Amino acid sequence: MMRTRFQQGLDELRGKLLVMGGLAEQAVDRACQAYIERDLQRCHMVLENESRINAAEREIDELAFDLLALQQPMAVDLRFILAVTKINSDLERVGDQSVNVVERVMDMIELPPADLPIDIPRMATASSAMVRRALESFIEGKAELAQAVLEMDNVVDRMRDEAFINLTRKMNDSPEVTRQALDALLVARNLERVADHATNIAEDVIFWVRGADVRHNVAVANSSTRHPIVDRS
Amino acid sequence: MGVAIEVEHLNAWFGSTQALKDISMHIAANHATAIIGPSGCGKSTYVRCLNRMHETVPGARAEGRVRIGDLNIYNGTSATQVRRRVGMVFQKPNPFPTYSIYDNVAAGLKLNGFRDRRRLDEIVERSLRQAALWDEVRDDLRKKSGSSLSGGQQQRLCIARALAVQPQVLLMDEPASALDPISTGKIEELIFQLKENYTIVIVTHNMQQASRVAEFTGFFLLGELIEFDRTEKIFTNPADKRTEDYITGRFG
Repeated sequence: MMRTRFQQGLDELRGKLLVMGGLAEQAVDRACQAYIERDLQRCHMVLENESRINAAEREIDELAFDLLALQQPMAVDLRFILAVTKINSDLERVGDQSVNVVERVMDMIELPPADLPIDIPRMATASSAMVRRALESFIEGKAELAQAVLEMDNVVDRMRDEAFINLTRKMNDSPEVTRQALDALLVARNLERVADHATNIAEDVIFWVRGADVRHNVAVANSSTRHPIVDRS
Repeated sequence: MGVAIEVEHLNAWFGSTQALKDISMHIAANHATAIIGPSGCGKSTYVRCLNRMHETVPGARAEGRVRIGDLNIYNGTSATQVRRRVGMVFQKPNPFPTYSIYDNVAAGLKLNGFRDRRRLDEIVERSLRQAALWDEVRDDLRKKSGSSLSGGQQQRLCIARALAVQPQVLLMDEPASALDPISTGKIEELIFQLKENYTIVIVTHNMQQASRVAEFTGFFLLGELIEFDRTEKIFTNPADKRTEDYITGRFG
């Protein structure tokens, strides 16, 4: 008894989320490129892209809601749909963070270029890679790939901390570039948030695949037994 | 959490066909346990072994240990003794059609020689109240027959009849499958309330129903107990691939 219509719904949901993932990933990459090249045109592309991401988010939520209401999914299917709705929300936030980045870039473009002690391209590469790998783990349904994403988060956190220290020092030493340094600091913060969303996505993939909640470093183990009452009393 | 029913290495046959294979399962007291599985998996046979009804089918037999409280039901205990402790409600409501509502509820007690009229009145009222039927039938107790009630009311009447003999365990074999959603809701609500005083084992094809009413769920397949765990675990993250395939509709 294969539930054909339900399976079609799940496939459609998966397809839509992949499109959404592509849009979010593209937004991060464009925003970073816009920063590196001080490219106003790319900034506008990210801003225009945002409405597509928002529309995709609504569509995915609607479809997930319909599947929950009409198909009463269980077990792995239920976990999949819940994971999709949460990943959807994280991808939309990735889009928002990309918009925040380009807003800072648009401000910076109007200011004289400054030599700042921050490696935004490196940070952008790391955050973007996390999003990409988190989405790959979703596509392949592999918890091991998702686990690797979780381990990358510390690296980006460290970059943000370094950026904070170095840019604060720069603002003290060279007050004339305070605004540029502040913009860069906010970009670093936005990229660190992108990495956090990638981490959330990876956690949701693990939840879907393994049924384990690994959020906040707490793994909830599940075991089965033939005598649950006796063993757990 | 106490154990009401202890099943160890239970096997059952219809003639030479083995219907249950080495089932071991501890059923929690004052909780509802759902038994799920595809048609022919042995779930009805299993519950019918818990009150020795399985052996009423010609050629059918069961072996193993089933302990209900201090009673080892396959070892020197009479079937009547067992059925006093273990009530049963079936898929189709089966009130005695010509009996009044009152007599339907009192039937078990009267059969056991219970004659105290005042006490009988009290038990009938208590049982109908427990079955959430009292308010609907109190004025027609002796005027209306059991079969004059609606399907949902008839099923609650059968539950009242089972409760009147004060069993420890109530077995329910798809008790709501013939009922509309409102009557089904009433039965499910009733199961929830009855757990306070009784241990309930419910066979159901409706997995949403199992997830709504039962704290524990056992999945049967081809006469075997594949998985038995807390209901939320079975329906969100079962350990066995076969359980998952069944509850997600990939086979069955």
